[in-house]
Amino acid sequence: MIRSLKSQQNKLSIASEQLEILEHSLRNNNILIPFQQKLDECGLYPLKPSSINTFQINIGKMCNQVCKHCHVDAGPDRKEIMSKEIMILCLKVLEQNPVLETVDLTGGAPEMNPNFRWFVQEIKKLNRHILVRCNLTIILANSKYADLPIFYKENKIEIVSSLPFYTKDRTDRQRGQGVFQDSIQALQMLNEVGYGQTGADLILNLVYNPAGAFLPSSQKILEKEYKQELLEHYGISFNSLFTITNLPISRFLDYLLQTGNYENYLEKLITAYNPTAASNVMCRNTISVGWDGYLYDCDFNQMLELKVAIPQKHISLFSLSQLTNRSIIIGQHCYGCTAGAGSSCGGTLI
Amino acid sequence: MNNSYYNSEDLKKFSKISDFQKVLGDKFFDYYNEVFKDSELSAREKSIIALAVAHAIQCPYCIDAYSSDAYEKGWSEGQMMEAVHVASAIRGGASLVHGVQMMNKIKEIAM
Repeated sequence: MIRSLKSQQNKLSIASEQLEILEHSLRNNNILIPFQQKLDECGLYPLKPSSINTFQINIGKMCNQVCKHCHVDAGPDRKEIMSKEIMILCLKVLEQNPVLETVDLTGGAPEMNPNFRWFVQEIKKLNRHILVRCNLTIILANSKYADLPIFYKENKIEIVSSLPFYTKDRTDRQRGQGVFQDSIQALQMLNEVGYGQTGADLILNLVYNPAGAFLPSSQKILEKEYKQELLEHYGISFNSLFTITNLPISRFLDYLLQTGNYENYLEKLITAYNPTAASNVMCRNTISVGWDGYLYDCDFNQMLELKVAIPQKHISLFSLSQLTNRSIIIGQHCYGCTAGAGSSCGGTLI
Repeated sequence: MNNSYYNSEDLKKFSKISDFQKVLGDKFFDYYNEVFKDSELSAREKSIIALAVAHAIQCPYCIDAYSSDAYEKGWSEGQMMEAVHVASAIRGGASLVHGVQMMNKIKEIAM
């Protein structure tokens, strides 16, 4: 099994090293136009929030998988997980800010946080829509997780799960040997309790992200193919497919550099820049919270340790008015969200 | 100066063809883009056909472009190689079928 960049003491586990690479390549190549310039050309710079309604909470970097493209550099060796004290502060913020209608729980594998179930139930008491980014294999990783489908159902959780492709080969190459088979079994378990059925209120969405240095093709066409293939071969149903572009950070950046694909990939992202996608980027309506309670514009800025550009950067000092009026921090990695039809945790942007 | 007749960087300049003859260039690209849209055949199916044709005509630019495009559109390595074999079989068959002409000629002139 591959290990996290951090445990390998790879320099790319350091955010400043990643930022240096993203900026350095810029100086040496005229095609790699600064993202700021692109935003400026369509009147979007400085990038400001539109309406903040989503609270994305990363409750830990620990994960049972070590995916090759992971922007979190998550894995079993990562010990950074959110404490109950920080969770309590998150709940207080939710209580005081009803505009935060959706709570998006992510990781790592969020379920590996020992306070995960308690946290979900407390959020539910505040009457919020909860979305969990479940990697599927966690359900089969240990008997203590086997009842997760029931737990999700009881709490009416929306599930968003990565399945990079509907074939074993591409999925396992990106997410690890045996992941496809376990993911299929987990999807069948979710279907059994009622998830992913047309018209039902138990939503199961899948995520496609390219297994290599290329951009996703049409979300609509891929969704149709996924639905057909998964139903025909495994009897699996789901609601929607979200296509997500891999951002050139962390393990995916490492992959791009190791394989000599870095410049071409960045060029591809820049060539595919779409101003309409740029105006709809998810950082305009989302606040991202790190495992230690610091606030970020998005999960990617979180991994690059680019905290929100306001004085009160921690959940303990949460100020919705400051966050609403802030300028969002941007960089070359942002091209990943604005290429083609755009990309977000909820799929394409246009 | 690159002394190779084929330079992968030139593929990115394909659209510049219109710089020397805009009217025809624009007409070509309009047509090209229309051809590859979803229609009676899907864009995905057209991509694998393009890959096979690229090999038949041995165009390195087209092979680069449609290897990426077909893979992005979800075709597997095995399917893509089968498409190349189809191109190869047709090319090989095209030579071999001319053997009939050879046979005809020999039958015409031989005792």
